Formats: sequence, C-alpha cells, structure tokens
Amino acid sequence: MGPLLMTPISDNSTAFLIASAIKVLVFFGVYLVTVAMLTLAERKVSAWIQDRHGPNRTGPGGLLQPAADGLKNFMKEELSPGAGNTILFSLAPAIAFSTAMISWAVIPFAAPVPTPWGVMSLAIADLPVGFIFTLAIASLGVFGITLAGWSSNNKYSLLGGLRSSAQMISYEIAMGMSVIPVLLLAGNVTLGTIINQQVTGGWNILNLTFAFLTFLISAFAETNRLPFDLPEAESELVAGYHTEYSSMKFSMFFIAEYANMLTASGLMATLFLGGWDIPFTAWDNGEPSVLKTVLTLVSFALKTGFFLFLYMWIRWTLPRFRYDQLMSLGWRFLLPVSLGYIVLIATTLLVLQLLGIQAGVLQTGILFVLNVIVLVLMFVVFDRGRLLSPTTSKMSAAEMLRLRSLDRAGSALVPSARPESGMGD
Amino acid sequence: MAIRVKVMDRPVEQVSYVRATLSGLAHTFKHLVDPHKVTTQYPEETEALSKRWRGTHRMLTNEDGKAKCVACGLCPTVCPANCIKLVPGEDEQGNRFPLVFEIDEFRCIFCGYCQEVCPEEAIHLGRHYENAEYTRDGFVYDLERLTSQTHPVCEMWDPADPAGE
Ligand code: SF4
Ligand code: SF4
Repeated sequence: MGPLLMTPISDNSTAFLIASAIKVLVFFGVYLVTVAMLTLAERKVSAWIQDRHGPNRTGPGGLLQPAADGLKNFMKEELSPGAGNTILFSLAPAIAFSTAMISWAVIPFAAPVPTPWGVMSLAIADLPVGFIFTLAIASLGVFGITLAGWSSNNKYSLLGGLRSSAQMISYEIAMGMSVIPVLLLAGNVTLGTIINQQVTGGWNILNLTFAFLTFLISAFAETNRLPFDLPEAESELVAGYHTEYSSMKFSMFFIAEYANMLTASGLMATLFLGGWDIPFTAWDNGEPSVLKTVLTLVSFALKTGFFLFLYMWIRWTLPRFRYDQLMSLGWRFLLPVSLGYIVLIATTLLVLQLLGIQAGVLQTGILFVLNVIVLVLMFVVFDRGRLLSPTTSKMSAAEMLRLRSLDRAGSALVPSARPESGMGD
Repeated sequence: MAIRVKVMDRPVEQVSYVRATLSGLAHTFKHLVDPHKVTTQYPEETEALSKRWRGTHRMLTNEDGKAKCVACGLCPTVCPANCIKLVPGEDEQGNRFPLVFEIDEFRCIFCGYCQEVCPEEAIHLGRHYENAEYTRDGFVYDLERLTSQTHPVCEMWDPADPAGE
C-alpha cells in the first residue's frame, strides 16, 4: 500500500461527505435491525433460562417475531391521556429513542478501511471529544423518560419519571468517575486513541478491572435494566413512566431501551475490551486492509454481543433493588470508591513513570496485581453486609434490641399513628 | 389494631451480595444451556390423555350403522345439567329409536352419568378436547354428528379394577 493512500479520507471533502452519508445509512439500517433482533434475543434468553422454548412460530425459529411485533404495534390504537401535555407526550419517546442512537455515532466498530480516496475510519463521526460526547448525550436520555413520566399526568408515570431522573443523574457521576482511569491511561478522550492504547498496553479489563466493574454497574443503572429498572417497576408502578403509552410510542421506548443497551455494550467493549482489537495477534494492528476490517468488525461484534448477553442474563437472574439500596449503592459505594480508585491509579501511573516503566506487559502485570488486591478487599472484606444491606442495618442497635425484646415478650405492639383511645371501639 | 413487627435475625456480617449474585448467575446459566425444555409444542406434539378423560360425546353404532340408542330415556333423566334432548320413535317391529337426540355441549358438565346409565352402551364421552366451532349453534351436537365422530371414547371407572389396568 502506497503512502499516498494512507491519508485519511477526511482530507478529501467530497469523498468524505459521500463516505459519511453511506456510513450513516448503512449503519442505522444495521443498527435498527440489530435492535429488533435484540428484542427477540431477550425473549429467547428469558425463555431458555426458564426452561421454555421462546417465540418459535413466526418465521424459521421465530426470526420474524420482531417484524410481527412491529406490525402489531403500528396497527394498535394510539391513546393519549386527556389531561396530559400532548406535545411533550409525543416528544418524549422521540427523545429517548434518538439520544440512544446518537451516542453510538462516535464508537469505532472496526479497523479503518482503505478506499481509493484514503483511509476511512469506521466510526460515523470520529469526534475528538469522543467519550465526553457519549456522556453528554447519555445525560440527555434522561429527559425522554422524565418528560414521559411528567406529561402523562399519571401518578405512577410521574413516580417512574422521578425515579429515573434521580437514578440516572446519580449513576452518571459514578459512570464518569469510573472512566477517568481509562482516560488517564490513554491520555486522551478520543475513543480511537483509547483503542490504540489498549492495542499496545493490554486491554483495560486487565489494567483497570475494578473500573470495569464500576462502569458495568453504572451502565446497567444508566440503561434502566434490571436489577436497576426502578423507573418501570411493574410491581409498584404499573409500568412506570410508560404506563400511559400505547402503540408505536410505547414501542419507541422499547427500542430506546435496547438501543441504549447496544450503545452501552459497544462502549464497554471499546473502553475495556480493546474495541475492535483481535487478541493474541499483532497482525490486525498493521496496515489497513479490507480483510482486516471485516475480521475486526467480527471481533467487535462478538465483544458487544457478549455484553448484550450479559445484560439479558443478569436481567433474568437478579431481582430488583429497593430504592434506598439503589441510591446508597450509587452514592455511598460507587462514587467514593471510584474516586479513591482514580487516586490509586494516578499515583501508580506516576510511580511507574518515575521508575521508567512504559506501557506493555510489565505495566499491565503491575496494574493487574493491584486490581486483584483491590477486588479482594472490596468483595471479601467490604461486601459483607455493607454493599447492600437489609433495612435493619439502618436501625440503631438499641432500637433493634427494643424491637426484638418486644417480639419475644409476645406483644410487639408498635404504637400506631392512631390515638390509643381510638382502639377497641 | 397495632402492628406486630417481627425483626428477623439476618447474618448480615456473613452474607456477600457478590457471591450470591455469582451463584445465581451460574444457576440460570445451567438452565439456559439445558436442552430439556418443559413446553409441549402443542399442535405438533400432544400429551397422552388419561383413559378416563371425559370430553365431548360420541354415540356408538351397531353393525348396520344405526345408533345403538333405544331411546329408553334414562340419560335425559339422569343428566344433572339437563342438556340431552330426546324424542323417541318406534318402527313397525316395535323397536324404539331416537327421532331426535341432541346434546348441548355448552350445558354439559361432563359428569359421565349418561354413559354410566346407558343400558345399551350407546352414548359415550370422548377422549377428545379440540372442540373449536365458529358458531354457538355448532356446540349442539345432533345424532348425525354424535354417530359420525371417531375419537376414542372414555372408559368409566370400574370398581373391580380401581387402577384401570
Ligand atoms: S356428561 Fe353429564 S352433563 Fe353431560 S350429557 Fe352426560 S349426563 Fe349430562
Ligand atoms: S341411556 Fe342410552 S339407550 Fe337410553 S336414551 Fe340414552 S343413549 Fe339412548
């Protein structure tokens, strides 16, 4: 490959425009089909976990089920609450849906592909602000859900919306904090640079295992998936923020949920599993070629697919958190712990730099050992009854003793709000 | 009424959320990969019915294809749901036969008394459950329908053979 061809395609403005348009069209086509297939995958995984078969009547093996669902939702009657705010009510699903898709635009999903007009990077927009852009758009996503809850004029929807705003804002902080070590290692916020750093310096899941776990937890909370799906908690809030929605508008929230999952999975693969990097070979890091692009695309798809499966697997395993557990996990555990972790990683990196250790196997090894120590400390020592605790742990010891003794005496009469005289008549 | 509160003694210091989560994930994964699924793929597979399954009726016929029924009137009498309509007829030889014999399967409670009481072993309940119809009238089975159906019939419980062997 001649050096002339190695110039990025963005140097040629016409070619760049055409290439971007094609990328956008192809990408969103594939993206939407993937989202549709995810709804099927979710139902299949849930069925298999529960020893059922799942949808298998529409098309071969149920493959046409998403199309049937979509058709059904298009034909359903669309209702909107009489006393609600109609404009915001229609706007909310659109916000939820589009923000979920926009953040994907910066994720590079394969190695750059060579074209006769220069090397084309395979991210829709290779933004220099990369990760910051994702965070910014992800925080817009909360408007979709909150507005949906508010404009429905329904108390359950409102509660769902409120929960969602509180939850997403809390976990956004933890999410941002848990990525700072990644940015420290890469020295840049561009996702392309982060991938390149992992190609040379080992995947961040080894370098920064603990940051990976905190990011994973926050990503679950950000996408409102179980065990953090409090905004739509069926058992308490009917269906939460989308109680009043029907037909295609309801479908949009569903699509948004899966689009969010897809984006979060892609982001996790990029930040912690080396993006499109193929492990155990340096072949994929050399000159761009079409074969290489295809193989790296497969590699990225597998990594993303793994996280998507993890989402579903966890959804059908864990029960939902209580609201106070959710908040205390976010604010009292994830936030301080990830702050501490930033300090730890920054110090280690500084020390390694002073010792003259460059990015490579040795640095990865040292960081990995450090992570193992942190993880053991976290999950063996601190996890015991502190990470998530029953309500009783919030009671003072004296209060607990008092309640217990009452019960043992056989008359645990906790004074009710009603006056004593009101009893027995 | 005051509220009774029982404060449970939980081993807070020993429980680990992470470990419980991991074992839960392992458990669900075991089911995920387990090829044994409990759902019966209904139209293709069906589960075997009990020999004493009591479903929609059949009227058995004798060699010349006529219903065995002699219009004795026992089954409309015994029927607790009062859903059998019988109009008896008699031919020149004095043989009684049903002019009209109709069972309203909507009213029937599938008690099986009609089969048990029948002296000619004519009316039987069937081992059958696929009964969908387009109209409500379709559920009033007339003599022709009752005789032309071919599904297996119910075996009544026999006190001499309680296990049904
Ligand atoms: S099964 Fe019982 S209810 Fe039904 S027709 Fe026979 S006697 Fe009547
Ligand atoms: S009991 Fe038997 S023979 Fe008598 S009317 Fe009923 S079906 Fe006919």
